[in-house]
Amino acid sequence: MILIWLFMVPFIGGLLCWQIERFGLTLPRWIALGTMFIVLMLALLLWHTGDYSQTLLGNHGAGGGHWVEEFSVPWIPRLGISFSFGLDGLSLLMVVLTGLLGLMAVACSWKEIARNVGFFHLNLMWNLGGVIGVFLATDLFLYFFFWEMMLVPMFFLIALWGHNIPGGKSRVFSATKFFIFTQASGLIMLVSILSLVFVHYRATGTLTFAYDALLNTPMGAATEYWLMLGFFIAFAVKLPVVPFHSWLPDAHSQAPTAGSVDLAGVLLKTAAYSLLRFAVPLFPHASFAFAPVAMWLGVIGIIYGALLAFSQNDVKRMVAYTSISHMGFVLVGIYAGSEQALQGVVIQMLAHGLSAGALFILCGEIQERLHTRDLREMGGLWARFSYLPPIALFFAAASLGLPGLGNFVGEFLILLGSYKVAPVVTIFAATGLILAAVYSLMLVQRAFLGKPKSDEKLRDLNAREVVTVVTLMVLLVGLGLYPQPVLDISHASMAAVQEIYQSGATATASAATLTTTAGAP
Amino acid sequence: MLNLLFLVFLSPLLGFLILSLGRGRIGQNAATVIGVGSIGVSALVTLGAGIDLLSHPTADGAFTQVLWQWMQVGTFNPRFALRLDGLSLTMCGVITGVGFLIHLFASWYMRGDEGFTRFFSYMNLFVASMLFLVLGDNLLFLYFGWEGVGLCSYLLIGFWYLDPANGSAARKAFIVTRIGDTFMAIGLFLLFRELGTLDIQQAMATAPGHFEVGSKTVTAIAFLLLGGAVGKSAQLPLQTWLPDAMAGPTPVSALIHAATMVTAGVYLIARTRVLFELAPLALHWVGIIGAVTLLIAGFTALVQTDIKRILAYSTMSQIGYMFLALGASAWQAAIFHLMTHAFFKALLFLSAGAVILACHHEQDIFKMGGLRKKLPLPYWSFIVGGGALCAVPYLTAGFYSKDEILWQAFAGGHMDLFLAGLFGAFLTSIYTFRLIFTVFFGKEHSAAHSGHGVAYTLPLAALLILSTFVGGMIHPPLSLVLPAGPGEGGGSAEMQVQLLSGSVAILGIVIAALLFLGDRRFVKWLKNSAIGGLLARYFGAAFGFDWLYDKLFVKPFLWLVRVNASDWFDRGIMGAAGSLQTLNGQLTRTQTGQIRWYAASVAVGAVLVIAVAALT
Repeated sequence: MILIWLFMVPFIGGLLCWQIERFGLTLPRWIALGTMFIVLMLALLLWHTGDYSQTLLGNHGAGGGHWVEEFSVPWIPRLGISFSFGLDGLSLLMVVLTGLLGLMAVACSWKEIARNVGFFHLNLMWNLGGVIGVFLATDLFLYFFFWEMMLVPMFFLIALWGHNIPGGKSRVFSATKFFIFTQASGLIMLVSILSLVFVHYRATGTLTFAYDALLNTPMGAATEYWLMLGFFIAFAVKLPVVPFHSWLPDAHSQAPTAGSVDLAGVLLKTAAYSLLRFAVPLFPHASFAFAPVAMWLGVIGIIYGALLAFSQNDVKRMVAYTSISHMGFVLVGIYAGSEQALQGVVIQMLAHGLSAGALFILCGEIQERLHTRDLREMGGLWARFSYLPPIALFFAAASLGLPGLGNFVGEFLILLGSYKVAPVVTIFAATGLILAAVYSLMLVQRAFLGKPKSDEKLRDLNAREVVTVVTLMVLLVGLGLYPQPVLDISHASMAAVQEIYQSGATATASAATLTTTAGAP
Repeated sequence: MLNLLFLVFLSPLLGFLILSLGRGRIGQNAATVIGVGSIGVSALVTLGAGIDLLSHPTADGAFTQVLWQWMQVGTFNPRFALRLDGLSLTMCGVITGVGFLIHLFASWYMRGDEGFTRFFSYMNLFVASMLFLVLGDNLLFLYFGWEGVGLCSYLLIGFWYLDPANGSAARKAFIVTRIGDTFMAIGLFLLFRELGTLDIQQAMATAPGHFEVGSKTVTAIAFLLLGGAVGKSAQLPLQTWLPDAMAGPTPVSALIHAATMVTAGVYLIARTRVLFELAPLALHWVGIIGAVTLLIAGFTALVQTDIKRILAYSTMSQIGYMFLALGASAWQAAIFHLMTHAFFKALLFLSAGAVILACHHEQDIFKMGGLRKKLPLPYWSFIVGGGALCAVPYLTAGFYSKDEILWQAFAGGHMDLFLAGLFGAFLTSIYTFRLIFTVFFGKEHSAAHSGHGVAYTLPLAALLILSTFVGGMIHPPLSLVLPAGPGEGGGSAEMQVQLLSGSVAILGIVIAALLFLGDRRFVKWLKNSAIGGLLARYFGAAFGFDWLYDKLFVKPFLWLVRVNASDWFDRGIMGAAGSLQTLNGQLTRTQTGQIRWYAASVAVGAVLVIAVAALT
């Protein structure tokens, strides 16, 4: 039952925010904050009460998956569509991250958003609700519903409260670009979902969208490959994977701070989550066959994102490109499929959510004070603030993978686990560590070091701003020094993914042996 | 005391936290107490723990303190555990002992700087990271410290951030060493794949059974680790960052870029000795790299004019000796030289700092001169430290360690390494005394003000004593960790090598005196001759590595970044969108509203359809 509330709370909270605006402008903020706080508390309650050691996502055969928490009511029974949710360790961690970054997103828009405060928070809450729905849905139709659901509010967040860059692209342009990219790829996924359901129908005679039932659908190798590609492309656009990435820098540079935090911290994670939850388990053989391509795409993303990050002048665009680079590691890790790599992916997702979210918050704070995000206009800010620059330095260090912080654990585990599977890919991916140092230090140099453009002191962070970023700092250090609680939560889910993936590998291998032995005499 | 081992790193770490959280609220005196005191505590704990360890030796001569399990993912289970044995004790002693003296000196040197607390917070963080590096009992923990010291080095080189040149030097240091670190990380992945653990003791115990001597895999691992070592220790081919790193405040150069961090590569190789013994090819290359680096650095130091850069090249060259020793399997001698080098190089850098401050931030040695009278303490420090650097026989600490290296290289049959080391010793004497004669003798060029106070005198005096034969008498307790080198207790043959290397050192000093005392007619003639000028320029540019790397890596990278600034993929996609728009525009133009056009197009269309139907 808690699962229902996890996404109902943001929806109801959003409506409240919208309506209560007429009684005062700060009320919606407090309601939104309370809403996300309730979500976070519910998620932590689930963390505390649930037993996540036993989850077996791909408990093959009858009965299907085994979730820690489940909720299901029929929705459109004739088509086998139900309103069903399930929670395991992986989804729990993602929901916790969503709740946490939701809080941060509300907090960082406290001063920035002055127009239509109620409607803004409606969109923010609905977007986050949609994201939570994506993390919980165990019916593919419902999943698709949420996937689209999180898109529309985000469009409004960018289009209505975004920034127009003088002489550059408009916020409506960016919002539209974002919408078209995700919508088009979402349609491909819809076709794949429907095809999968029909393939399953033809094989078993039951029409169902239930995730557990669709696992292990018998199908031909070619069919499996095409369906997998349909899913993969949708997720690749969202992750984003080069060459489908170019909506992200535009969306980030025009989005309001909360939108950026939401995009980088949570929205991108839905893609990685979906790869782990759907693309790989539903199509293990095809995924295994596709793995080399996917891993190389990841490597290209790592290097390409890093190169472009270096050349950006807009600090938010820059952080957007670093996200592309970091998500490349996630892609490599998912398709490496070893235990260390998959656990590394989980840590990397969380750590990137925290660190990129924080960087965007800091970008917003700088913009609020300097009224520019152009790195060429900055320089020497170290002398003009007392707290912001060292904090930014901290997150830059996180971004370049400094040990002791979460990102290091994620990247190291991913590379360590991938090396066994694909040494060459890993070596190329590891160059990302060098490039990350190059762009992160360049960011620090251009923004904070050197001669200040003016001696005027800038207003330093206030209590609200300090609390938000310091929370994120503490969590990143925790993730870097003692990631075990998180690893324990995700262990069973990741072990299941690994198991399914290995079954794909062995089946492919045995098929290969069969053909060779058949061909031998 | 051993149970308090964690305090060794915790104390500087707390110092860092207090100083960085209390930014702007902590005065300089309080910052001194916290910043210097934390290292003092750490030094005392090291001392106590060391006495405990040596007086109640355990079976393997080591003490392990497990703090907590870092993570557990399948078979990968690194933990945070400290391991104190002879090797890490020696390193800790150097880091906290020399580190304390340098911190104390820095409280004099940095006084009045507006970033005083920031400086000490970074320095404390550095010491904590360096202690992680040497105390960590698994390679991931070591890597943690390894990256941590890299970051602190970056922060401290770029400490005076107003000048973009400092920032650029700092970035260069971080990125060049990061390249080495990435090699090392790949080495760790490979090691884990092979042995299933990154625990140092476990890995070293299982490696001999797992790898055949000279097998490809173990050679690859050793070379990858060597990649990390050459980056951190500024050896060929990743040496270019060290001279630029002198942009940092001088105590930083003393602590990080002379006494401790740059010797981390030597420590790493000594720590993973078993792997290198299994890969003789890699070990051989360790020696070769050391030998070549020490010669190149020696030649370069001959023509530098910046006092700190001369010392930087001498550091590079002395670490070259340590690598040479490792390559010649003179393990203990390498660490011994690491220790004495920390003493005399810290002394040289600190007194260089005293000279620089006395001359109002002048670093060009040719703008100094005749400072002997005005700065007696730095003068004597330079004489003793410089003597130790040249390994003046019997009187100085450097002699005992360097001689051991040369003798063991000789006794182990590494004639190439021995001769390179001998020639390097000759170069060392010349460039060191060129510096001393230029700065302290001759005509006075500038007004100089001597420093005073305990924070000024005590570190110099203590290091001065340690740089004499007193330092040479300290024998690091390495016998349980590292094997004895070749030619132990060599007798008369060793005596002859001592005599030879001693006379080479003295000869170098004499030549330096002939060249650089007086009016230097010969040097001027040499400089003005065609070939001499060319060589001086070539040496001055450090054999052109910076130029080469700029052409090979930096320029292509910047070019790639520049041509792709607008993101090719995005342009492709937006181009598709643009062409659709154009098409739309063209088609819109057919909507003219004129009946005759519509009728004509219907007719043409009909004809075309019929034609297609009829023809197929």
